[in-house]
Amino acid sequence: MTSIADELTIERRGHSGSAARRRTNFVIFLGPAVVLTVLFFVVPVVIDIAVSFTDLSRSLRISEFTTEQYEKVFRTDRRLSQVIGLTFIYVFGTLAIFNVTFGLILAVTTTAIRNVSGSFFRGVWLLPRMSPSVLYILLWLWAVSPTEAGLVNQVLMQAFGLDAPLDLLTSAPIALIIISNGFIGASMGMIIFTSAIRGIPEHLFHAAAVDGAGTFAKIRFITLPALRWPISFVTIYQTLSLLVSFEYILLLTKGGPFYDTTVYALYVYRRAFESGQYGYGAALALFLIVIGVVVALIGWRFFDMERLLQRPRIEVH
Amino acid sequence: MAKIEFRNVVKRFGAVEVIPDMNLVIEDGEFVALLGPSGCGKSTSLFMLAGIYLPSGGELLFDGHIVNEVEARDRNVGIVFQSYALYPHMSVRDNILFPLRFKKTPRDEALAKVKAAADLVRVAELLDRRPSELSGGQQQRVALARALVKEPQLLLLDEPLSNLDASLRLSMRTEIKSLHAQLGVTTVLVTHDQIEATTMADRIICMRAGRIEQVGTPDDLYLRPSSLFVAGFIGSPPINLIAGEAEAGTVTVDGARFLVEGASGALTVGLRPEHLRIGDTGFAGRIAQIEPMGREILYVVETGMGAVRVLEQGSSAGYSTGEQVKIGFLPENSLVFETARQKLIAGAHVRAPA
Repeated sequence: MTSIADELTIERRGHSGSAARRRTNFVIFLGPAVVLTVLFFVVPVVIDIAVSFTDLSRSLRISEFTTEQYEKVFRTDRRLSQVIGLTFIYVFGTLAIFNVTFGLILAVTTTAIRNVSGSFFRGVWLLPRMSPSVLYILLWLWAVSPTEAGLVNQVLMQAFGLDAPLDLLTSAPIALIIISNGFIGASMGMIIFTSAIRGIPEHLFHAAAVDGAGTFAKIRFITLPALRWPISFVTIYQTLSLLVSFEYILLLTKGGPFYDTTVYALYVYRRAFESGQYGYGAALALFLIVIGVVVALIGWRFFDMERLLQRPRIEVH
Repeated sequence: MAKIEFRNVVKRFGAVEVIPDMNLVIEDGEFVALLGPSGCGKSTSLFMLAGIYLPSGGELLFDGHIVNEVEARDRNVGIVFQSYALYPHMSVRDNILFPLRFKKTPRDEALAKVKAAADLVRVAELLDRRPSELSGGQQQRVALARALVKEPQLLLLDEPLSNLDASLRLSMRTEIKSLHAQLGVTTVLVTHDQIEATTMADRIICMRAGRIEQVGTPDDLYLRPSSLFVAGFIGSPPINLIAGEAEAGTVTVDGARFLVEGASGALTVGLRPEHLRIGDTGFAGRIAQIEPMGREILYVVETGMGAVRVLEQGSSAGYSTGEQVKIGFLPENSLVFETARQKLIAGAHVRAPA
């Protein structure tokens, strides 16, 4: 039989011996993640900051270090306010209509119907996310083609008797970029909300039914309250990804007509790689990084995301 | 209050027939228990009463009206689930208030009713808390208050005590029973625990594999179990069942023999541990194990017909392991079953040879 003192000695010895092991474990387990984060997130930001203080342009030669790029951002670029306004409409519109609301509707409806049909419809809505973005946009280009061969025009002209084909890329480009992004974006919310709905104990729905709740009351009083955290998460995550992604817009409208669908991230791209103003692009990108961090922090506080993160269940040494 | 009737009720889930044909009448104001092992269809029956499941066939009647297609929310039943199923994001007050929300009860009246229901189950001081801040026993009371607040015509309890610790279970048993006496609401309790059923219910419906084995008072089931299954299910520690062959008034079991009256053929003799006495007469055996249970002592005795459980009153063991003893019993306490049909042979008894 060991006395308490013995046990304490064993414990102490164990702890001092584990200090070196703890360092090794840290390197083994966290090392790869730290290296990747530094390499692909920290280093690019540093390079971006450095480039933004140069006059790097198409010649790829730095002749001087300057703050002129920032003067441009704040003083001379008159297009910037329009771009920011559009970005707001694009991000907010896509989120509010598709990524959160429509994702929620999809999750609620596909979990309410029979499992087989529910999975089928969820599968259908996942397809655009699974297809390569170029292929997906090619289909869109065909669908909204301004000729009579375009899918939308075929439907409108044959089923609704429209006389001349519509040119949606010119007449409703903002709606198009919101819809084409939203069709993909909705599936992420759908999947997260679906799994959250599945996680609600069935007895709660049974209890609500016995207590007198109908379908909509069950959604309002049982489902939605249980989705508070997933909704917060999807909102923040999608805000950030919508802010920085532009490949669908680039492929579909190339930011046009003129600058009508050029959101901030695409504007950075066009300035840097189309106009060859690398220094200016870097300065603009820096603001995107700052905005991203600010949005993430606001979201973190506003939605109380910290409560989402659970403490580890085991003690790690 | 309502009188409940199952008429040839069938419940299928896909191709699986969980309840083949159920017939049962529960009188107005009665407290009945659906008792059986897990998977026997007792919870399914309860959920059909609640309207959560709809019967696949037959008729379910409340006060003579067929309610097969009536939705859960229109049945005016209260239910307490095994997990309590309290709404996690609502305060206790809102939880209890929830059923009244859909009855369009005026706010003041509703709050008064919530207060009354909370007082009834003694959770009045917890109204502002969340379910996660309550102990198991408190959650269970809140669930009861929520079930009772709308003054249901039928109260359903689905294994309400199984998540409570032993001492709390005992006091909740008493409380639920006195609540029933006070309110007089028709109550159906689902349980797999025979003690819960026998202590609380006026009548017990013992179920097995979707069929009703026996309906009766706790005494009926204990003293006159209609089948081997009921005999084995009711009583703790479980009854000794000894299979043998009867010929010319004698049952022979391996080495031992009983004298039997009123039966012949393949029989199973049932002897409850509490009816057996260790003494000078009866069949012989050797004490293999002693299990003190507080007020009583359980002896496991090795005999010619296998291990037999004997329950003796008293807190200290009068015999020791390995001792040779004789086990006797009163013939009127013995039960005799037909082995093939597993049914009780009424009036048949056995006695140990002198």
